[in-house]
Amino acid sequence: MFVFLRQTLAVAEAEIRKLRHDPMELLTRAIQPLLWLVVFGRVFGRLREIPTGELSYLDFMAPGILAQSVLFIAIFYGISVIWERDLGILHKFLVSPASRVALVSGKALSAGVRAMSQAVIIYAVAALMKIHLRLSVGAVLGVLASIALGAAIFSTFSLAVACLVKTRERFMGIGQVLTMPLFFASNAIYPLAMMPAWLRGLAAANPLTYQVDALRELMIDGGRSLFGLPRDFAVEAIVLVALIGLGARLYPKIIT
Amino acid sequence: MESVHERAPPCGEPAAGRGSGAEGSAAPAVEAVRLVRRFGPLTAVDDLNLRVPTGSIFGLLGPNGAGKSTTIKMLTTLLAPTSGSAHVLGFDVARQSIEVRRRIGYIPQLLSADGSLTGYENLLVFAKLYDIRRAERARRIREALDFMGLADAADTLVRRYSGGMIRRLEIAQSMLHRPAVLFLDEPTVGLDPVARHTVWAHLRDLRRQFGATILMTTHDMEEADHLCEVVAIMHRGRVVALGSPADLKVTLGVGATLDDVFVHYTGAAFEEGAQYQDVARGRRTARRLG
Repeated sequence: MFVFLRQTLAVAEAEIRKLRHDPMELLTRAIQPLLWLVVFGRVFGRLREIPTGELSYLDFMAPGILAQSVLFIAIFYGISVIWERDLGILHKFLVSPASRVALVSGKALSAGVRAMSQAVIIYAVAALMKIHLRLSVGAVLGVLASIALGAAIFSTFSLAVACLVKTRERFMGIGQVLTMPLFFASNAIYPLAMMPAWLRGLAAANPLTYQVDALRELMIDGGRSLFGLPRDFAVEAIVLVALIGLGARLYPKIIT
Repeated sequence: MESVHERAPPCGEPAAGRGSGAEGSAAPAVEAVRLVRRFGPLTAVDDLNLRVPTGSIFGLLGPNGAGKSTTIKMLTTLLAPTSGSAHVLGFDVARQSIEVRRRIGYIPQLLSADGSLTGYENLLVFAKLYDIRRAERARRIREALDFMGLADAADTLVRRYSGGMIRRLEIAQSMLHRPAVLFLDEPTVGLDPVARHTVWAHLRDLRRQFGATILMTTHDMEEADHLCEVVAIMHRGRVVALGSPADLKVTLGVGATLDDVFVHYTGAAFEEGAQYQDVARGRRTARRLG
């Protein structure tokens, strides 16, 4: 068990060390969510047609945009797995005695850590835009945990897809196809109550919905989770465990 | 076996007597019996039989597409055999893959050190994956870097390394956990002559110092002649000739080179065997080498 944890941490550590050598990547990743908040959020905030309860629209959507930015990074994580396969790095990992579950968990963990940097940037901008943030230690830790969990889920999903499609070209196509439906079939920028029934059904099966739901309570002053935090985190944890199991099964197949 | 275990012995003693078909002689480090691997309609490895003596440097020769890399992938547990069996140090590659992985080192054909990490960090990650104890770790990494002449480049990002340096770093990495068998897939492809000779010298040193059995693939006859005590020539997934380079040359008559032996056994395979994948891979390596 301890060996498993050490090996998981070793894989995550490698990824985090890479980020330290090249932090520019994190900054460029921040541009897109900023556009959503500053442009889309401002404009739609004037509409006052979207029933966001007691929250202003900007307060309502800020957690959605944070979750979205995490999703957009994590969903392309698989490309790095294909890249590592092409370079032969992955072969060496697979020949090591580390279990496949440890290798996949390590990748998921590193995606989680990487995603936390998004929170720093979005909090800074949100504060400037006078979005009502909850800044208690407990709430912030909850946000970080939720982000890490979301990133782990979608990066592992992405890894599993990469192991199936195997080439960069096909993967990029599928990544593009996946992101928008995942984003729109969720409560990120409009409430579930507004959706037609079929869409609400899809949203209920989308892990992003539970992540946004938790973030709304943890991140925003006066925000309220619809499902309750325990259920949000439980759903996410179950999805993650299932995806890691799937990812670990598929991981060795990427080299054949 | 002439080697002297000056430092730590290879982890995990060979499971004596467990290798099937040992027939009284010392158990081979690697043994494949009627090994087959198919990819759809293509049979990459076809009824392959192989015995690699413990402590030897064994060369698997053959044109592109002969099945060398597929064989290595099966022996290193990366690919499941379609049928037949293979044992490494007495452990079955399909059923006891973790036991095999603990005891082997592998250097893939591509230059596969991670360019976005330093040389030291590359080794650190693998030292941890192989669960080398913290107290040992720093010492082994430093030794490995010294041994491969990379101590000065330890904190440089690997993307600034030359091809020869990356290869040496990979050898350093593969010896951290003291593997009893080291697998190398085309270890010097794309390297300049000086870098090639350095890599050869290091591989010989490695064997002398740690007593590892080395199984390598190559299609470079000079490399096989220089380095290998036994070579098996593969063609269309089978072994078509086996022996020491000297013996194989003798069978073709006075003055024959290993190139002649190769052409004799594989015929016109050069034109038909190479697949797009091999060519693409070669190009990629070439690109990385600049």
